[in-house]
Amino acid sequence: MFSAFWIILKRDLLLALRRRNEVFTVLFFFIVVISLFPMGIGSEEKILTKIASGVVWIAALLASTLALERLFSNDYEDGTLEQLALVPQSLSIMVFAKIVAHWLLTGLPLVLIAPLVGLFYQLPMDTVGTMMLALLLGTPVLSMIGAIGAALTLGLRGGGVLLSFLVLPLYIPVLIYGSGAISASMAEGLSVQPYLLLLLAFMILSVIFAPWATASALKISLE
Amino acid sequence: MTLEVKNLQCIRGDRELFVDLSFRLESNQLLMLEGANGSGKTTLIRALCGLYLQEQGEILWNDVSIRKLDEDYRRELLYLGHLNAIKADLTVLENLRINSALANKISGYQASDEDLMQALDTIGLFAFEDFPTRQLSQGQKRRVALARLLVNKAKLWILDEPFVALDVAAVELLQKIIAKHVQDGGMVILTTHQEVPLTSGKIQRLRLGEFAPDYYRQESHKQEYRQQEQQEAGTEYV
Repeated sequence: MFSAFWIILKRDLLLALRRRNEVFTVLFFFIVVISLFPMGIGSEEKILTKIASGVVWIAALLASTLALERLFSNDYEDGTLEQLALVPQSLSIMVFAKIVAHWLLTGLPLVLIAPLVGLFYQLPMDTVGTMMLALLLGTPVLSMIGAIGAALTLGLRGGGVLLSFLVLPLYIPVLIYGSGAISASMAEGLSVQPYLLLLLAFMILSVIFAPWATASALKISLE
Repeated sequence: MTLEVKNLQCIRGDRELFVDLSFRLESNQLLMLEGANGSGKTTLIRALCGLYLQEQGEILWNDVSIRKLDEDYRRELLYLGHLNAIKADLTVLENLRINSALANKISGYQASDEDLMQALDTIGLFAFEDFPTRQLSQGQKRRVALARLLVNKAKLWILDEPFVALDVAAVELLQKIIAKHVQDGGMVILTTHQEVPLTSGKIQRLRLGEFAPDYYRQESHKQEYRQQEQQEAGTEYV
């Protein structure tokens, strides 16, 4: 049953390996946005540690919308998507593979680069740990929700801008609880556990429903 | 095996492409779809693949609706559209391997690398297997897409303009491949302006196009259309 999943996952990773600039675009965008804030606001330690949680997440949201448009459009243009819809296997599984590949290429690098953010914003060590964990749980949700938006706007003119309008409001819960987790880890006597558990719940929900919703939207776009 | 279409109606925008279209196709048969540009050949083909939902009517595979059969129908189907469905960044062999694996793995048949190389050799891409497909010509890209026909166990082939961009030798080769599939008990549906000589089996022809733009090429029809348009505009805005 999962053979189609592995084929698509391997294919998308191989394609990204041949075309590395797309992966680096997202990562550099994230780093640039993160490093612009201290320059604009000033490098006072108190302010920086205070805004770090929000800045990290907003940068992550914007960076993840950057690559969304290309999630299905390449396959749509060369006819591969049409063929995927005709594979004797549920389209949701292949869509799930594509989203996982997308997260591995655009979400995971953000998680791994997080310690650098800690350095910029002079965060304590265990806050950096919480930030990585929150990003690890939150960024898959961004990819999942984003995929639904990408499928709905597929083939539309100016779809990229529309896509941002469509998905950014839906990212708000992740933004609130994601930055909440980081803030809580710096405050005295607050537990980060509820925030992380909620992020985990978002992730599980989106893994269950997003591939199915995305596949349905793709079928409509293909008509 | 039969593919049966009953009272099919398709509408594109507000233009009726065809109404009450019915036909029946059996093993060892080739169906040629003919008609002018814009007569609805591609729409019909997409409806037959299940990619396009028809307004009315039914498409039956062995007397069961293809919507109900879903994956079981797609297992029997091989579709080749206008687009080649190959990735420019992958090599010829990688493209074919992925395409054939996706179509076949679930149905139990697995083409080995030798089979794939053999297919590429037959289709005229010998020694090109490690080239990224972006470096190939249009005709060669089409050949990569066509190589799928050789590593497949699907019974029903639906080909939309398969001869486009091919040279004389490749056209002849494809004609032979199609004829062999029909001879071996398969079914082929294709849109083309090219004849396909068969060694055995039967050719059916279906001509679409009473609603095609050609109809309006006659002056009397044009006037009739303008009047109708004016009347409609009048009722809407006055």
